[in-house]
Amino acid sequence: MTNAWTDIKNTDLAIVMGGNAAEAHPCGFKWVTEAKANRGAKLIVVDPRFTRTAAVADYYAPIRPGSDIAFLLGVIRWCIANDKVQWEYVRNYTNATFLVREDYGWADGLFTGYDEEARRYDMTSWEYQIGEDGFARVDPAMTDPRCVWNLLKAHVEVYTPDFVETVCGTPKDRFLKICEMIGTCAAPDRVMTSLYALGWAQHSKGAQNIRGMAMLQLILGNVGLRGGGINALRGHSNIQGLTDIGLMSNLIPGYMNLPRDSEPDFATYMASRAFRPLRPGQTSYWQNYRKFFVSFQKAMWGGAATAENDWAFDYLPKLDIPSYDILKMFDMMAKGEVNLYFCQGFNPLMSFPNRAKLTEGLSKLKLLVVMDPLQTETAHFWENHGAFNDVDPAAIQTEVLELPTTCFAEDEGALVNSGRWLQWHWPAATPPGAARGDVWIMSSIFRRVRALYEAEGGAFPDPILKLSWDYADASEPTPEELAKEMNGRALTDLADPADATQILLAAGRQLQTFGQLRDDGSTMCGCWIFSGSWTEDGNMMARRDNSDPGDAGMFLNWSFAWPMNRRILYNRASADLAGKPWDPARKLIEWDGAKWTGYDVPDIGVTAKPGEVMPFIMTNEGVGKLFSRKGMVDGPFPTHMEPFESPVENLLNPALRGNPAARVFPEDLAQMATGDEFPYVGTSYRLTEHFHTWTKHNLVNAALQPEFFVEISEQLAAEKGIRGGQQVRVWSKRGEVWAKAVVTKRIKPMICAGKTVHVVGIPLHWGFTGVARKGWGPNSLTPFVGDANIQTPEFKAFLVNIEPVEGGPLA
Amino acid sequence: MTGRAPEPVTAAANPPVEPLEANLGARDVVRASAMPNLPAPDRSLTEVAKLIDVSKCIGCKACQSACAEWNETHPEIGVNTGVYENPPDLSAEMFTLMRFTEYDNPDTGNFEWLIRKDGCMHCAEPGCLAACPAPGAIVKYSNGIVDFIHENCIGCGYCIIGCPFDVPRISPRDNRSYKCTLCSDRVAMGQGPACAKSCPTQAIVFGTKAAMIEHANDRIADLKSRGYANAGVYDPPGVGGTHVIYVLHHADQPSLYAGLPDDPQVAATVSAWKGANKTIGLAAMGLAAAGAVLHGLFGRANRVSAEDEVEAQALVDREREGDA
Amino acid sequence: MRRRHFSDRGDRILDRNPVRVGRYRLFTRINHWIIAASTILLLLSGLAFYWPSLFWLTALFGGGQAARWLHPILGLVLAVGYLLMFVQLVARNIPRHDDVVWVRHIRDIVDQNEDKLPTLGKYNAGQKFVFWAMAGLILLLLGTGVMIWHQAFPDLVPVPARRWAVLGHSVAAALMAMTFVLHVYAGIWTRGTLSAMTRGWVTGGWAWRHHRKWLKEVAGRRD
Repeated sequence: MTNAWTDIKNTDLAIVMGGNAAEAHPCGFKWVTEAKANRGAKLIVVDPRFTRTAAVADYYAPIRPGSDIAFLLGVIRWCIANDKVQWEYVRNYTNATFLVREDYGWADGLFTGYDEEARRYDMTSWEYQIGEDGFARVDPAMTDPRCVWNLLKAHVEVYTPDFVETVCGTPKDRFLKICEMIGTCAAPDRVMTSLYALGWAQHSKGAQNIRGMAMLQLILGNVGLRGGGINALRGHSNIQGLTDIGLMSNLIPGYMNLPRDSEPDFATYMASRAFRPLRPGQTSYWQNYRKFFVSFQKAMWGGAATAENDWAFDYLPKLDIPSYDILKMFDMMAKGEVNLYFCQGFNPLMSFPNRAKLTEGLSKLKLLVVMDPLQTETAHFWENHGAFNDVDPAAIQTEVLELPTTCFAEDEGALVNSGRWLQWHWPAATPPGAARGDVWIMSSIFRRVRALYEAEGGAFPDPILKLSWDYADASEPTPEELAKEMNGRALTDLADPADATQILLAAGRQLQTFGQLRDDGSTMCGCWIFSGSWTEDGNMMARRDNSDPGDAGMFLNWSFAWPMNRRILYNRASADLAGKPWDPARKLIEWDGAKWTGYDVPDIGVTAKPGEVMPFIMTNEGVGKLFSRKGMVDGPFPTHMEPFESPVENLLNPALRGNPAARVFPEDLAQMATGDEFPYVGTSYRLTEHFHTWTKHNLVNAALQPEFFVEISEQLAAEKGIRGGQQVRVWSKRGEVWAKAVVTKRIKPMICAGKTVHVVGIPLHWGFTGVARKGWGPNSLTPFVGDANIQTPEFKAFLVNIEPVEGGPLA
Repeated sequence: MTGRAPEPVTAAANPPVEPLEANLGARDVVRASAMPNLPAPDRSLTEVAKLIDVSKCIGCKACQSACAEWNETHPEIGVNTGVYENPPDLSAEMFTLMRFTEYDNPDTGNFEWLIRKDGCMHCAEPGCLAACPAPGAIVKYSNGIVDFIHENCIGCGYCIIGCPFDVPRISPRDNRSYKCTLCSDRVAMGQGPACAKSCPTQAIVFGTKAAMIEHANDRIADLKSRGYANAGVYDPPGVGGTHVIYVLHHADQPSLYAGLPDDPQVAATVSAWKGANKTIGLAAMGLAAAGAVLHGLFGRANRVSAEDEVEAQALVDREREGDA
Repeated sequence: MRRRHFSDRGDRILDRNPVRVGRYRLFTRINHWIIAASTILLLLSGLAFYWPSLFWLTALFGGGQAARWLHPILGLVLAVGYLLMFVQLVARNIPRHDDVVWVRHIRDIVDQNEDKLPTLGKYNAGQKFVFWAMAGLILLLLGTGVMIWHQAFPDLVPVPARRWAVLGHSVAAALMAMTFVLHVYAGIWTRGTLSAMTRGWVTGGWAWRHHRKWLKEVAGRRD
């Protein structure tokens, strides 16, 4: 989230698209009802199903799963055509005025540089025209046809209301009504917020869906403002923390990344991470990357990371491919290329696509270790549960170790919420039985591995043997120790660069902010963005002062938000070029003539003069990017792409299938269906009664939604002769499930490209362990392909067939 | 004890940490089933109400969950019957239930999903209490809460017959009737009901009835501004008003909301049964019995005389001889 | 064998000096007293549910829960018992022309001018009324009772039907109570009647006075 949950109360218009906040985030959704009740805010829902969010919306429109980009670019086209643009914002705070290389272009659904063989773009042309001064060329008048604004106008020209209706199945009148509602928020004193979740992310072009909305919000001037922003509603408690701390195969904490094997030394690694400003005087905060990185290395290897050994750069693994994401790992497993899989707090058998392939992969492991508070399906993948898990245990030789862990209510630490708040929590219960904390388990494994290296040596024992491990109890570092390490501290006295006699921070002291980090080895910091969370003043995450000056919704003394306790990212953009708030009634920060002050921690140097330093300090340009240059592998603008499995062809280019830049393994491509064999669009989702596959272990949740079902329209039910409550079989090219049918008016057939498209809704909370009735998840059906940029699986749009069943495996 | 718990004014209040004396009990009962001559209590509590704003409700069932947890009930893990209602109906293990209605609004062309939290309405004129034959099994407190006192319940099911909203349920486990208590045990300690406390969108709020009506009016103004011209409060006069009230977008058609009664009142059959019938019936029975006793005491018995015996013998002899 | 018009098969002259006439065999008497006992218990438990000030009557049954549990079971006992009784007695309870005349002279019955009445078979119109009234009321009570028997049939009929049922049940119960009073009182007021149900016989004088045709037929029978 650019903003915070509490800030949603400040909005004039909330659009929930690509999410279902009321059902999946009911507690956070309260802030939408606050805005509605107290500000008269409106709520728009765009979703294939009329959800429980839609039940309290002011306006709803249906959309075919996987066609969101067409919708969003259609709205952008409408806004431009109808002058619903926050011009001052666009001109000054976005790259609309930047000139793009002459050889960049788009035609037939593809950008320049596409290599069909490699399924990859050569992104060279996706770049600004760079002047002789090394800065990007701009045209403030925006008359140059190569400026981003004019390229955008041309790019969205095809997305007419008729095109949107044809592709998305959204009735034109509904689409236009939504455009009008959104268009009102181009006024400087009207603000829209966008709430989305996996409904946008779980597509082969998920990141581009989100780009579409981010661009729209920039055009409306709604980023950085109270009640605005682009807000990812994170689906797990602490999934935000997971990405912050870099638990991806290609990341290290604080959104830094691991070196590739093409970067064998530190100098090469840093060369592509210089982040030079592309406009004069801009902050380009990532210029400090080296400080963050060196401090991280010091946190990892302490005294063993020295200037002489390039801060132990060689201790880091080097990636030979872009990432070993989960899809890649399971593909390798299925090929027999993985021996040991350590599965910590994760139930992939029910949450990753193509369950048959997952079972195949797990069956080829030598050892599977599952750390979880619950008895997960993954840990029991080898057990035969009849139709619910039809495997032959005798044929599976994988050894499985289940290590019971504590759950969130039994341990201490911080959870990071969607609004980037690190909220400390304390144990409320004693762990049952032999359950142990994850930290104890991992520490114990580490110590045994280290002992093996000590005893036996090895090819390269240094990263293990020299790992910094100076905790009071080596077998169980405390949450406090770990949190302080992530915050970072001075290793030597830190002198003021301007006056060497002044000591800013004495050796051993906790950092106040990441602004104090150095790249000379004098500071250490486990996760630079968390700096300030545990300072010399104590645990900032444990603060519980709910005072809210100005009723602004910022709550600066409640917990700690990264970065620097800032509650709204890019909040400098909430004020005009002169530093005055766009909407005085919704002041966030303002320039008082000497510095920035207000209700939030300014997202700009506090003395950085307005008009000189632009608001988007993390970008090289200093402004928001309508044109993302080489930021995304599948295009500098979003463009309409069909899902890999779609009932209709891509109207921009019928030869294209799915996202042309998405990685897809050949065996999986062969398992993808066309609309002829599988005529109906499946889409997966959560229900408010459950949390993933956890709460089916809990009696009350199981009673509130006891049994696996699928939802279909009355029309499809009539066509297929399916009664409500009857058993149906749903199958795709990869698998089959049995479920109860919920026949509803909430799903209606759509007309897309002249075809009637029926949607089959498939919730994901059932499996074969727990107290709820046994069932399946949509992942038995879904295709094994992910987003081109971040590999999030395509769960929201795939093809299935359905038939009524008498006497199926359900009760 | 450090004092008496305050009267609750909101569901959001945090629980007291010091031990407090309950502020709701037998001495606050204003009406009790089968106890017509109950003395009036010496104090009167402020009337409370739970407001359910249907237009804010997202049907998340947090209220159902909180209700089961607080009351330590064990709703059964059923099956999916093709709808979102689960359990499928109110039960002795589930005092409240989200009911979902799919409605194509003919006036606007919009589809609406109407979600209503069903449960006891805590009527000012409770049909259950009128119907109940067991003294003190159903009580009404001066704050408006209608509560079942389970140790007095005989499990006859008359409360079900009396209720205009089809709410009470007899537990097959102990044959006693259960329903929402408006968390009288929490209210006694200055707390609001568990459902209201757990409601993420504050679609369920709790306070004095006057404050709830005021809040409802604010909500109705908001709904009217959004085009719901018939938005209104549901506080049906037919049962003397209720202490659970709804804000409805279509207050002109309550029955749209999963059959919420348009004009609920204690059924005429129930009134007749508990009213005229009871008086007349008992009077008639009493008169018949009294008449018999009086006639027995003062009337002349119908006795067989000695002549009758002689006649009889003569007849028998005649008949027997006639045959011979 | 002559056809019987006014008597049942088991009715016979037991003694001729003085005359004793067998009126009810043992089975019938046990049957009757089971009905009587269940009726009384039903009345007591039913009154407890009927009128708050009589709720204390439930104590006789071990409390409200027990009384509530027992009442419908007793109801079944009554219904089955009465069905058996009905089969035994129905033939002699078919109304006849004599009954109409008898009813027209109802004042003479109360004034004990029975010589002005037609002579009767085994039952007079009053007894027949009790027989048929009880039959009808028990049927009604059984039907409505099942509808409101929550423990056994919680979902048998919808609530509005249950409301009618409970109303009907209580009205029928009141009528039944009054019929019961009539029956008991008539049995006591008409001296000599009780022995028919206790010992199974009546005196010849009683039979001559109240049911002369019955006596005549019994006396004349040879079976």
